[in-house]
Amino acid sequence: MLRYLVQRVLYALLALLVVVTVTFLFMHAIPGGPFQREKALPEAVKKNIEARYKLDQPLHRQYLDYLSHLIRGDLGPSFKYRGQTVNDIIRERFPVSVELGTAAILIALLFGVPAGILAALHQNRFPDHVVMFFSTIGVAMPSFVIGTLLMYYLSYRWGLLPSSMWGSPKHVIMPAIALAGLPMAFIARLTRSSMLEVLGQDYMKTAVAKGLPRLRILWVHGIKNAIIPVITYLGPLVAGVLTGSFIVENIFAVPGLGKHFVTSIYNRDYTVILGVTVFYCVLLIGANLLVDLIYPLLDPRIQLGAGKEQV
Amino acid sequence: MRKSLLITALILGLVLVAAGCGPTADSEEMVVTYNVGTEPETLDPALMTGIPEFHMTLQLYEGLTRLDEDNHPQPACAESWDISDDMTEYTFYLRDDLKWSNGDPLTAADFEFAWKRAVDPEMGADYCYMFDLIEGATACYEGEGSPDDIGITVVDDQTIKVKLQSGAPYFLDLTSFPTYYPLHQETVKADNEGWHLKPETTIVNGPFKLEIREPGRLEYVPNENYWDADAVKLDRLIFTMVEDISTELTMFENGEVDMTHEVPGAEIPRLKEEMPDELNIFPYLGTYYYIFNCQRKPFDDVKVRKALTLAIDRKAICEEVTQGGELPAFAYLPPGITDVADGSDFREVGGNFYEENVEEAKSLLAEAGYPDGEGFPSFEILYNTHDMHKIIAEAIMEMWKTNLGITGVTLTNQEWGTYLDTRDEGNFDVARAGWIGDYVEPNSFLDMWKTGGGNNNSQWGDARYDEIITELVTLADPKDRMPLMHEQEEILMRDMPIMPVYYYTSPMMVNKKLKGYLYLTTGGLDFKTAYMDK
Repeated sequence: MLRYLVQRVLYALLALLVVVTVTFLFMHAIPGGPFQREKALPEAVKKNIEARYKLDQPLHRQYLDYLSHLIRGDLGPSFKYRGQTVNDIIRERFPVSVELGTAAILIALLFGVPAGILAALHQNRFPDHVVMFFSTIGVAMPSFVIGTLLMYYLSYRWGLLPSSMWGSPKHVIMPAIALAGLPMAFIARLTRSSMLEVLGQDYMKTAVAKGLPRLRILWVHGIKNAIIPVITYLGPLVAGVLTGSFIVENIFAVPGLGKHFVTSIYNRDYTVILGVTVFYCVLLIGANLLVDLIYPLLDPRIQLGAGKEQV
Repeated sequence: MRKSLLITALILGLVLVAAGCGPTADSEEMVVTYNVGTEPETLDPALMTGIPEFHMTLQLYEGLTRLDEDNHPQPACAESWDISDDMTEYTFYLRDDLKWSNGDPLTAADFEFAWKRAVDPEMGADYCYMFDLIEGATACYEGEGSPDDIGITVVDDQTIKVKLQSGAPYFLDLTSFPTYYPLHQETVKADNEGWHLKPETTIVNGPFKLEIREPGRLEYVPNENYWDADAVKLDRLIFTMVEDISTELTMFENGEVDMTHEVPGAEIPRLKEEMPDELNIFPYLGTYYYIFNCQRKPFDDVKVRKALTLAIDRKAICEEVTQGGELPAFAYLPPGITDVADGSDFREVGGNFYEENVEEAKSLLAEAGYPDGEGFPSFEILYNTHDMHKIIAEAIMEMWKTNLGITGVTLTNQEWGTYLDTRDEGNFDVARAGWIGDYVEPNSFLDMWKTGGGNNNSQWGDARYDEIITELVTLADPKDRMPLMHEQEEILMRDMPIMPVYYYTSPMMVNKKLKGYLYLTTGGLDFKTAYMDK
């Protein structure tokens, strides 16, 4: 187990190094730079700014410099938001994204999983059709449409919720639902198909034959097995949702981290591009690792690090 | 795609119901919320460059002068000044008892400190060139001179003397500009990078002071230590940073903000009908134009450039395509710049330079060797990725095709940074561009077209034009300057390295009750004397 963990962490570090390197190279390959302005700057001024942010040094120096700071957890100063460091930006924005993301994941799970089970238990009957209908809509309808409709009805027409911005629990509701739409629908479908598969297993028939109570069969033998694909999906979902969604954040003016993933590239804000990428990577790797650690608890057949011995 | 769907969804909804306003908060406090539309890049006056930041700092600070609604500098921190006859020496006399928001006395040395900080090469301030006029400043940021040699002298706590390289009447305008704001030395020295990030260390000298700064929000309250505190009527001024303009409009219609920073073009016809008192179309000192690459065939021929310029219908573009109240441009400089006489306008004095005329355009094109567009080489229109630029380019392409028979035009869009790079390299045929004046003087638009200048992407040049630029440096009196600048515009419009399309305007939604704020044509909003009418 410990060996497995150490191995995973080492792989993770390697992956991180690859990501940083590739991002660094691509980023510098895009035309334009962080201090290119519509109104051209006098040469001396441009030189001063570049010197201040060490952009006048050769690329390999900049790269090594970045790595040495990264090891110490220093993501560097933002070029666009002068006076702020990338660490500041993440520290300020990430809690907002966590709040929104957690709400979205909870909504997705609380509605998605029961809906999937319900559909599986009533396969090809009315509840199944209803769930499948809505989950199809959920998968097909982009978050900005859900968001705009919510805003129009809940805020503009009925005045129940503030239309946008952040600060109170009321502000969380609409963006969280908009963000939860797709994962909720996906989780419902995932749960349904996996539940159907489980229901058809021999051990389920055995359990019924043994005369176990229906609820117990469903819980112990059914749901616990059927949930595994959902847990697998949860890894990348958590990382994705926690770092925010550019579109939902933009519509509802949520000051989360998602915005910086996109705008930092437009701004050629090199340190922010690298910083948020590294941050996302760490989250993704961490979430996947966590998911892997949860598997054995749900299914004793899964043994961590035993992959090679199995046939 | 995203935005157009969003707008469709919104319109769909809005068509279903007549406009009804959401709940509005009723409170004793007089609060104004302005959606400035973007997070500030920085609130350090020395480093800031954008208009949103200009809005945010204009309420917090005050320079030696402050602009009035006609963009004329008025006494602010300085109560009065003396100007030497050759306009090279300015002596400013500060008001008695000027104070910082924390009660510390504000002295002439705070100005000197802030100005010298801005030209310090290590600061890497974009706008350090705003000090070019002051003796020794350029040498300082170029790393060749010492800050001690800059022509700024603190005579005593209330007197500051500035020595200019050459006489310039617009120096008084400059002293109202953010880069010229004074700074509270103690807090800035304690944390040169981050002092402006926290309300506790943002010590200011303007009508308001910073109370809350959080992601997406700034809140100001009146600064009781401001010299003219009695003129300030609002109890609270809030800046929000909602970027999506459809959301912003919903917020306005819900009563959540009192002023928006933009209005979606597609909504303007509806708003004109339904909310005519709230929809304001302000002038904006800027021109939207196309640049011809004068080094490339066939655009090296002035006849071709002229033919293309005469063959588009600007009125149709403004009224049917952009719909934001823009004004068709028949010259380069936008209206709103005072000419020699008080109250006269540079644009009116200069008049229009051309009229749209398809027949004339056709014959010019034939003279250039392309009768009815025959044999006209195919070329590209370059623009930065944006729905608005796209539909304008499509309209212009269509007009050239219908009116001149020019086919083979393709549209190329590039993301902003890439587009700037391409334009700077001169790697285009025809490119979209826009220019917003930094200060209200024709020079702010004209000196960029200097041969080989950093902003002159047209690759065009004219000896007489450059000569005037040099001449202007030594001239201070508008009576001498204006005729020369009219001549410059004439040269520019004779050679047509650029094709003006329209003069910008700035449509905004403003709460009917909001009064007393100043809108400056360079884009500034001054809330010093704003109030809500009961």
